[in-house]
Amino acid sequence: MSISVKNISKSFKKVTAVNDVSFEVKEGELFGLIGPDGAGKTTIFRMLTTLLIPENGSATVAGFDVVDDYKEIRNNVGYMPGKFSLYQDLTVEENLDFFATIFGTTIEENYELIKDIYVQIEPFKKRRAGKLSGGMKQKLALSCALIHKPKVLFLDEPTTGVDPVSRKEFWEMLKRLQQKGITILVSTPYMDEAALCDRIALIQDGKILQIDTPQEIIKHYPKKIYDVRADNMYRLIESLKSFEHHYSVYPFGEFVHYTDKRDDFNPQELQLYLEAKDHQNIKIEITTTTIEDTFMELAK
Amino acid sequence: MLPIIFVLPLLQLVILSNAATFDIKNIKFSYVDHDKTSFSRALIEKFDASTYFNVINQFSSKKEADAAMAKGEVDVILEIPRYFERDLLKQNKTVISVAINAIDGAAAGVENVYINQIVQDFNKNAKVALSQPSDLINAPKDIMAIPSFWYNKTLNYKTFMVPGILVLLVTMITLFLSGMNIVREKEIGTLEQMNVTPIKKYQFIIGKLFPFWIIGFGLLTIGLIISKVIFNTPMVGSLGLIYFYTAIYLLVVLGMGLFISNFTDTQQQAMFIAWFFIVIFILMSGLFTPIESMPKWAQILTEFNPIKYFVEVMRMVMLKGSSLIDILPLLIKTTVYALIMNGLAVWSYKKTS
Repeated sequence: MSISVKNISKSFKKVTAVNDVSFEVKEGELFGLIGPDGAGKTTIFRMLTTLLIPENGSATVAGFDVVDDYKEIRNNVGYMPGKFSLYQDLTVEENLDFFATIFGTTIEENYELIKDIYVQIEPFKKRRAGKLSGGMKQKLALSCALIHKPKVLFLDEPTTGVDPVSRKEFWEMLKRLQQKGITILVSTPYMDEAALCDRIALIQDGKILQIDTPQEIIKHYPKKIYDVRADNMYRLIESLKSFEHHYSVYPFGEFVHYTDKRDDFNPQELQLYLEAKDHQNIKIEITTTTIEDTFMELAK
Repeated sequence: MLPIIFVLPLLQLVILSNAATFDIKNIKFSYVDHDKTSFSRALIEKFDASTYFNVINQFSSKKEADAAMAKGEVDVILEIPRYFERDLLKQNKTVISVAINAIDGAAAGVENVYINQIVQDFNKNAKVALSQPSDLINAPKDIMAIPSFWYNKTLNYKTFMVPGILVLLVTMITLFLSGMNIVREKEIGTLEQMNVTPIKKYQFIIGKLFPFWIIGFGLLTIGLIISKVIFNTPMVGSLGLIYFYTAIYLLVVLGMGLFISNFTDTQQQAMFIAWFFIVIFILMSGLFTPIESMPKWAQILTEFNPIKYFVEVMRMVMLKGSSLIDILPLLIKTTVYALIMNGLAVWSYKKTS
């Protein structure tokens, strides 16, 4: 096991940030912590990277205990905090060189590992880190987190505030790193990114709701989901919520996701109901379940 | 940033050393002469000749003079009574009245001393002019003390102030910079990134403080050059000794800055606390007011003031030429202080919360 977490908890004053969380991450796995803001993702990261001491429970990273062997962990993990935290007044190259030196290595020694990522920012290596764009900052931060060839990589919301193209690129990079045998623990509030992980843990209010592969999590969703659409979105939601057989109703992009309490639900019935409510351009279609639907269901 | 760090304090050194003077000059002097004799004119001439007094005006009545004082046009009014000369000749005794604007009490005290000196001087000359040779035999002998000012013969206040102000600037800059530095890393998040690296506490702290140690020396060097070139401050003692003491002294200040930044979360908080200490240190350093005249408890407090030691050492070495043996007690206290401050700083800096 690359990461093993057993019943850890942490609270700040009266708020319980992490409550009795356990999970395991296999070697070379890309594991996602999926949850909304304030779910406790960052606190888990901070405990696993030895920045916080857990109140209860125990955890090991790369075989080292987070409390007793914290020094070993610091040598063996790469951490990329959610907030960009490199030296803004050092250049790209200086930052990388600095972190390499701290870990007692050189850029040349592990260049192979960061090559794919670094070549994209190399043209700007004389530019100060503070002057880089969001996507480039993130690539630099990842390069710095990888420069000492860590066994485990912690990425706390790496794609928050990054444009869709860079996000896609970033996940491709993670996949390639995974092939080099690095265990990756990543957190994200974006449900669409969850599908790209090997396994995910859905987390809310400091508690884990479910851990499984994204496919299994979707498969376990008990109901059929319908995309419903009409001209006035707000009125549509109101009408659906007052429909007596509705199970769940929530907006999902340009549609409303609707599930029914009954197993033998006929969409035609809903169509008639909505027409009676004076809705225009009604469209009802069955759709595939996403992780977001599952999350909404579990978080109920 | 680097030019700001050096240029501003040195400007301060030049401006403050010239401006922060204890000399009272250009006193606005006026008089009301009811007598108008050669004696009264001689007295007024004496004031006119003095470099301290500017004779602004002559008033015909005390009332007019009082009005001018109320408006702030004059600082001192000398009133010479009618029959001034006659009384002096006949009775060997007369009274003149002096009114001094005492809104600034310290300045008024100094002005009073100057006026007394001039009047006494006039008195002595008058006596000689008036006495008969036969009187001289029976006249009581005047005892006069001639002061000799050691280590600052001309009582040049700049000689006294420049080393002190230089100390303040070196302390202020290094304390502020070091106090804000680690807090800044907290604010921008780089501290968290550093904390997950295998870097050792002492390595990180030395790395953070060493640049400010060097900057402190840079400031001291340029400041000493300025005080020599512009103010011609004497440098009686050993320059090496000053640098040696400064090396230890800067450790106290840097340790203090680090300690402050360990207990604060933002640069604003750090700045506020650093200011709190620096103001107390400056006003209780003995630079502007002598420590001997402070109440007992305040004197005890000054024992914890590093600036006090540095000011003392600078003056001792620069003006008096004190040797290592002379400043040894101060050096030992400073060293102990440095050890305690840095010990606390390293102890309170934690990589894990």
